[in-house]
Amino acid sequence: MTVLSLKNIAKNFGAIQAIKNISFDIKESETVGLMGDNGAGKSTLLKIIAGNFNPSSGSIKFEDQEVHFEKPIDARKSGIEVVYQDLALCNHLTAASNVFLGREIQKGIWPFKYLDYPKMFKKSAELFEELKSETRPKDLVMQMSGGQRQAVAIARTRLTNPKLVLMDEPTAAISVRQVAEVLDLIKRLKDQGISVLLISHRMPDIFEVCEKLVVLRRGEKVCDKLIKDSSTEEATGLITGAIDKA
Amino acid sequence: MSAMKFNKEIISKSEKTTFQKFLSEQAFWVTVALFGICFVMYFVEDAFSSKDNIFNITRNFSFIGIMAIGMTFVIITAGIDLSVGSIMGVTGVICGLFLDAQYLPEWYAKSIFFESAYVWVAILLALIAGVLVGAINGYLIAYLNLSPFVVTLGMMAIARSLALIISNNKMFYEFGPKEEIFFELGGGSIYGVANATWLLIILTIIMGLVLKYTAYGKHVYAVGSNKKAAELSGINTRWIEMSVYMISGFFAALSAVMIVGWMGSVTNALGYTYELRVIAATVIGGANLMGGVGGTYGAFIGAALMETIRNSLLMAGIDPYWQGTFLGAFIVGAVWLEKVKNKKDN
Repeated sequence: MTVLSLKNIAKNFGAIQAIKNISFDIKESETVGLMGDNGAGKSTLLKIIAGNFNPSSGSIKFEDQEVHFEKPIDARKSGIEVVYQDLALCNHLTAASNVFLGREIQKGIWPFKYLDYPKMFKKSAELFEELKSETRPKDLVMQMSGGQRQAVAIARTRLTNPKLVLMDEPTAAISVRQVAEVLDLIKRLKDQGISVLLISHRMPDIFEVCEKLVVLRRGEKVCDKLIKDSSTEEATGLITGAIDKA
Repeated sequence: MSAMKFNKEIISKSEKTTFQKFLSEQAFWVTVALFGICFVMYFVEDAFSSKDNIFNITRNFSFIGIMAIGMTFVIITAGIDLSVGSIMGVTGVICGLFLDAQYLPEWYAKSIFFESAYVWVAILLALIAGVLVGAINGYLIAYLNLSPFVVTLGMMAIARSLALIISNNKMFYEFGPKEEIFFELGGGSIYGVANATWLLIILTIIMGLVLKYTAYGKHVYAVGSNKKAAELSGINTRWIEMSVYMISGFFAALSAVMIVGWMGSVTNALGYTYELRVIAATVIGGANLMGGVGGTYGAFIGAALMETIRNSLLMAGIDPYWQGTFLGAFIVGAVWLEKVKNKKDN
């Protein structure tokens, strides 16, 4: 079953065409790697799917329904979760508070609703454990390492049961050991039937976890094929332009 | 089974122990400083620890403290409200105007309201006015993206001028047939503690709980810490930002009602330069002007420390002209302390 289907998506910023006529599908529990050089339009495409931008033209189908996301929250409500490159965390709040930000567990009846801290600590500890991360729910994000922050950002997407998780460079700022952990997590999302769109500069990551490779160059799609039919050499060539199309 | 154990261990762990967290709180050290000053003054100056003086100190800082609680919400969102002094002025004048019916149209003064509930009507109108002025501030800041500094600086001038217009530069001091209700509310005391102080204590607790234990409070911190992240999480950041200025306006009006009741009269100069004292109290109590940090206990203890120092200086025979110097130095010092602390943490 196709979870996400993009048709002829284009986005202009004034006279600049950031992306042109991009179409591809993401199937259920499929992990798609999105590659491309800086400025190729990867982040723009991700922001369109996540509801940050409206496309200038083209249509998005999510679970066979045409969708128009005005705000990121609309995309989230439909079942699309995003891990942003800058992680979008609040430094002054604890890990648990960040995980539950905007979706706090509450007790009591309005107007006397209050936060259920024990439940939130417990649930976020479970999520961190699932990620095999040594992140502690009560610690402030301010004091955390890059890997721990990553774990918080990823744990957030696991609060609900999303259909699709978009990840923007999830392995860019973390240690080698944690890269393996994040990749494991992506595989686990797949096992649970969740589709992932992974943006990464790191070729080995894409080839380890993804089934499909999409390459963008200067706003155009130049490759859309199964990983097993491709190679790192070909991908490099496609990204740089040494190979025109595949 | 082992998974459960793993969980429990992680949950209970935290970077700092509760005690260490306590020590790293600015409000804790301000409390220590406050007790230190009281301790010294107790031995140096007999009159300091007299019942009357303690009563005076606590009552005096309550008016500032109540406003500082509202200011805490604003500062946590990385905003600032320079108009609280003027809001106090205009709401105080509105309260006085509706109590002193000789300036009002006859139909209102003669109506049954005036016989019975006019005191409460006047108070309610003052509070509504405070929320309204705050809402205007908040709307301009949150929805039109104007800088809090500029908007509230403008409102500081506007609200003060409105106070002049409404009062026509007169003093209100005749508060009608039931004025003793109003005087008792602002100037009275229960169990030897001024009503204003009781109100401050209650509000410190309630608003402290709101900050710590409600989703709204969490979102206030989130907006101050990383507005973009808060927005991406689906929080209505504009409403949060607007609402904190409404809270600030409300608390300024509340403080105005109490102080007018205590003084028994009101002029358009009420609350003049109070914004400085309120911001000082909030910042000394540990709220960070960069946003994301602060608490109501800090506002309480910051206001207490400032008033105690002011009182001590007066008792020590230091010229009151120096008060502004101390006040200014404290604001700058508190911000500097925050900077030093942040450097150490990183």
